[in-house]
Amino acid sequence: MIYQGKQKIWSDYQKEIPDDHWYYVRSCIRQNFFPASEKMFLEICRDVLGKDVHENEHHTTCGGIAYHCDTIPQETAMTIVARQFALMTEAGYENYAASCITSFGNYTEILETWHEFPELETKIRELLWKSCRKEFKKPKYLAHTSDLIYKFRNEIAEKAKFRLVNKETGEPLRVVEHIGCHYSKMFPSKGVGGAEYPYVLAGMIESWGGNVIDYPERRHCCGYGFRQYHVKANRSYSLSNTYKKFESMEPYKPDMIITNCPGCPYFLDRWQYVIAETEGKTYGQNGFGIPVLTYEEVAGLVLGYDPWDLGLQLHQVGAEPLLDKIGIEYNPEDKYKGLDKKDLMRPELPTNLKCF
Amino acid sequence: MKEIVVIIGGGIAGLEAASQLLKLGYSPIIVEKSDRLGGHVARWNRLFPDMTPAQDLVSELIASSKDANIFLNTEISFINRLKDSYNIMLSNGISIISKYILYTTGFRLFEAQKKEEYGYGIYNQVITNADLEHWFNTNKDDRISGKDIKSIGFVHCVGSRDEKARNSQCSKVCCITAIKQAIELKEKYPEAEIYCFYMDLRLFGKKFEDFYTKAQRDHGIHFIRGRVSEVSENINGQVIVKAEDTLAGKPLKVTLDLLVLMSGMVCNPDSTKSASMLSLPIDSDGFLKSSDNVFHITSSPRKGIYYAGACTGPKTVPETLAEARSAVLEIHSTITGEAR
Repeated sequence: MIYQGKQKIWSDYQKEIPDDHWYYVRSCIRQNFFPASEKMFLEICRDVLGKDVHENEHHTTCGGIAYHCDTIPQETAMTIVARQFALMTEAGYENYAASCITSFGNYTEILETWHEFPELETKIRELLWKSCRKEFKKPKYLAHTSDLIYKFRNEIAEKAKFRLVNKETGEPLRVVEHIGCHYSKMFPSKGVGGAEYPYVLAGMIESWGGNVIDYPERRHCCGYGFRQYHVKANRSYSLSNTYKKFESMEPYKPDMIITNCPGCPYFLDRWQYVIAETEGKTYGQNGFGIPVLTYEEVAGLVLGYDPWDLGLQLHQVGAEPLLDKIGIEYNPEDKYKGLDKKDLMRPELPTNLKCF
Repeated sequence: MKEIVVIIGGGIAGLEAASQLLKLGYSPIIVEKSDRLGGHVARWNRLFPDMTPAQDLVSELIASSKDANIFLNTEISFINRLKDSYNIMLSNGISIISKYILYTTGFRLFEAQKKEEYGYGIYNQVITNADLEHWFNTNKDDRISGKDIKSIGFVHCVGSRDEKARNSQCSKVCCITAIKQAIELKEKYPEAEIYCFYMDLRLFGKKFEDFYTKAQRDHGIHFIRGRVSEVSENINGQVIVKAEDTLAGKPLKVTLDLLVLMSGMVCNPDSTKSASMLSLPIDSDGFLKSSDNVFHITSSPRKGIYYAGACTGPKTVPETLAEARSAVLEIHSTITGEAR
C-alpha cells in the first residue's frame, strides 16, 4: 500500500466544517444501541471543547429508514427533512449536524436533488406549509457528527489521557475503520476523504495514536443494509455480509473496530455473537471478539471517561481486552450497575464467545 | 523561398508530416514541448498486429525528418493572426511567421488514479498499460521484475466510455493493446492465468480479430465481459478484484499478482491551450474539432490551420501516419493552388 497515494486523495476530498454553532439532530436508533454515544458527543463538544451545539426535542426521524426500505416516497422524506430544517431556522442556526449516517446521506441527497430540481423544493415548501405552517432556510453547512470530531481530533488528542497504543509493547493498536455506506458512497465530495478511501475515522485513529488497517473487504457493507435485515427472510444475507468482513480482516489481527454509523457497530458487534454461537468461530484473541466502538466512545476512552459511563457494558463483545491493552482502569464490579449504582443484573453469557 | 510549415508536436504524426513536407520541398519546423521526439510511441515496446518494434518506426521517422528545423523543450507562448499568416512566438524567444500550422499535438493518457476504485497509486501491484510498456522496454520495475507472477488482470476502458470520468469516447486501441500485452505477458509467464475484463471488444482493425482468437486459442487468456467494481489489497500484497461476469450473470472475485489498467486517450491540454489562441473550436469530447468528420478531418475551420493524428480524437498508429500524409497533401494542394 502506498500511503502517499491515499494522502493525495485525502487532500482532494476535504470539506469545509465550521468551527462552532451547530444545530444537532439525533439518530432514531443509536440511543437504543449505544446509549452513551450521543450524550458523549454533546459532552465533548460542549464541556471539553466549549462549542455551541443546540438540540431541539421536537425533531423527529429523518425518514431515511422508511425511504431506503421503499415504504415512503421521497417527497414524504423531503417534507420530514424540510420540517427539521424549519426547526433549525427557528432556533437561529445555519450549520446542521446529523448524528446518523443515513440521515446525513438523506439530507445530502435531498439538498442535491433540490439543487438540480428547484421546482421540487418549491413543492416541498408548499407541502410543509400546508401540513405544519412552517418555513425553512436550507443549512449553510451540513455535516455528519463524525466530521466534527474529525475536525477537533487534534484538540482531543491534546487533552487525551490515553493513546491508542498497546501499553505493554508500545506499538500502535491495529484499528479497522468502518464507514457507513451512506456517508460518502452516494456523494464522494461530501465526505472527508471521499468514497473509496474515507479519512474521517482514519484521521481520528492517526491523531489518537493507532494504526489503520486496510483489508480487502474494507469497503463492504457491515451487513445491515436495511432491506437485508428488516426483511426477515433476508437476515441470513445480512449475516453473511458481516461474516465476509470478519474473515477478510482476521489475518490483520485487529485490536478494535471504529465506526460512524448507527447500524454498523450494532451489526458488527452482535453478529460476532451469532457467528461464534453457530460456527464456533471468534475473531479476537483467546476466544474473545473484536471490540466494536463508535467514534464518540473511542473519543471518550482516550479522554479518560469511565468505560461504563460510555455504555461499553451494552456491547455484546467485551471491551475489557481492549481496555487492558490501552491501560484504561475499570472496576469489573461496576460493569452492570446503572445510575446511582442500581443493579442492572448480569446478562447470560454466550457459549462460544468469551465475555467477562 | 521555401514555404514554412509549423508543426506543433514531435510525435509520429509530426515526424511523418515533416518527412513528407521535406519530400515536397517545403521547410517544416517542428515545435516539441519535451526533450525528445516520437511522443507516446517512442515509449512503447512493440506495435500490434505484427509486433513491430516501436523504436524501429520512431527511428525511421526521425531519420526521414532530420532535415526539418526541430525545437525541443519548446512550447508555444502565443499565436496571433496576421493578415494572411500567423505569428507564432516560441518559449525560446524565436518568432515564426507562417501561413500554415499543422497541429499534431496528440493525446494524453487518462490519469488512472482518477478511477480511485481501481487503486492506481494506492496499491503497489496496480500498474497502467504505459507502465507495462516501460517494463517491456527496460525490464526495470520492482512491481514486476523478480516477482513470482501467477495471475494477471487487464481492465479495459479505464477512463474511456466512462461518463463518470467525463470521457464518453472510445479510445479505440485499448482492446487490441490489452490483447497484445496479455499475449506478451503470457509468453514471459507461461504458467500465469490472465484475465481481461472488458465491456465489449472493439476489434475493427486488420488482423485484430485474429489476435483475439490467438489469445484465447493459443494462450488460454480468459475474457470476462463485465466491469471491475473495486480493487483492494490483501495481507500478502496481492490485489483482489471484484467484477461482474455479465455473460455468466454472476459477480466474481479474483486474487491477482498484477493488475494492468488500460488507460485511455484524452485530449492533450496543450492542444486546447494553443487552439484557444486562435479561437479554434473544441469538440464535445474535448479534442480539436475538424471541419467535418468525414471529408475534411484534417482541416480546421481556420484558413491555414490543419490537424493530423490524435489531436482530433483517438487514433491507431497507421491512422495517424495516414492522416499526417493526408494533411500534408492538403497543405501542398493549398500552396500550389495559391501559387496558381
